[in-house]
Amino acid sequence: MWGWVLASCLAAYALKVSGYLLPKSVLDRPFVPSLAAALTVGLLSSLVVTNTVASGQALVLDSRLLGVGAAAAALKFELPYIVVVLVGALATAAGRWAGLP
Amino acid sequence: MPHPRLTPAVRSGVSIAIAVGLYGAAFGALGVEAGLTVAQTCALSLLMFTGGSQFAFVGVIGGGGTGLSAFAAATLLGLRNGVYAMQLEAMLRPAAGRKALHAQFTIDESMANASAQTDPDEQRRGFWTAGLGIYLTWNLFTLIGALAGNAMGDPARWGLDGAACAAFLGLLWPRLKGRDPIAIAVVCAVATVLFIPLAPPGLPIIIAAVVAAGAWAVLQRRGVPT
Repeated sequence: MWGWVLASCLAAYALKVSGYLLPKSVLDRPFVPSLAAALTVGLLSSLVVTNTVASGQALVLDSRLLGVGAAAAALKFELPYIVVVLVGALATAAGRWAGLP
Repeated sequence: MPHPRLTPAVRSGVSIAIAVGLYGAAFGALGVEAGLTVAQTCALSLLMFTGGSQFAFVGVIGGGGTGLSAFAAATLLGLRNGVYAMQLEAMLRPAAGRKALHAQFTIDESMANASAQTDPDEQRRGFWTAGLGIYLTWNLFTLIGALAGNAMGDPARWGLDGAACAAFLGLLWPRLKGRDPIAIAVVCAVATVLFIPLAPPGLPIIIAAVVAAGAWAVLQRRGVPT
C-alpha cells in the first residue's frame, strides 16, 4: 500500500507543479488578466455549487443549501467574512439538528 | 496598510484554515477505518495535500478497491490543481526557485482566497495564509482523527460542510459586480450542476473553467469589457 500512497502523492504534486511551468510569453499576452478574472469567477462559482449540491456523482439537496442561503443573506448585509462562514455552518447544523438531511 | 495579520486576505485565510482544517479529523478517521496505517493516513495529508483526492483515495481503498483504482481516482480529482496552478502562476508570478514550494500549497482554498483579492500583495498573502494555514490545521487534525478514530463523530453534524460552501460563496460574492461576471458565474454554475452526475468528481470544476473561458471569449468578441 505504501507504493500506491506515495505514487498518488507524487502524481498529485506533478499536476500542481505543471501549471507553474507555463511559458512567460503566454502569461504576458494582454488578454491574460481579463481571462484570469473570468476564470476566477467561473472556478469560484463551480466550487460553491460542487460543495453545496454534490455528493460524489449524485446531486443532493440537503442542509448545505440552508447554509449557502444564510451565507448569502449575511453577505447581503455586508457582515465580515468570518461571520459569513460561521452563519453558513450554523444554518447547516441547525437544519440537520431539525432533522433535515 | 495595517499590520499584515489584519488584512482582509489574512482574515479570510485564517477563517478558512479553521473551518477546513477541522475536516482533517474526518479524513484521518476515515483513512484508518479504510485499513491504512496512521502513518500512511498522515503521509497522504502531508504529501498529497489535496482533500478531495485524499478522500477519493481512502474511499476506494475502504470500499475494497485496488491501489491502482485508488491512484486513478485521486489523480483524476487532482487535475483541477493543474488549472489552479496556471491561474496562480499568472497571478502571483513566483520566482523560478519558489514554484516548487507554491505547488505544494496549491489547493481549492488557496487559489480561491488569492483570486478573491485584487491587490497583488493581498493576493500573495491570501495564497499563503490559506495554503500554509490549512496545511497546519489539516495535518494536525488528520493526526488527531487517525488516532481518535470515529470517537468525534461526523463533522457534517457541526455544519462544517456548510461552512465550506459559505467560505467559497464569500470569496465569489465581491466579484459579482456588473452583468458580465454574473453571467459567467451563472453559466458556470449551470454547467457544474449538469456535469456533476455525468463526469467523475473533480472534472465538473475543470469543465466550468473551460465554460468560463468560452463565455469570456464570447463577451470579448462582442467588445463588451469583462
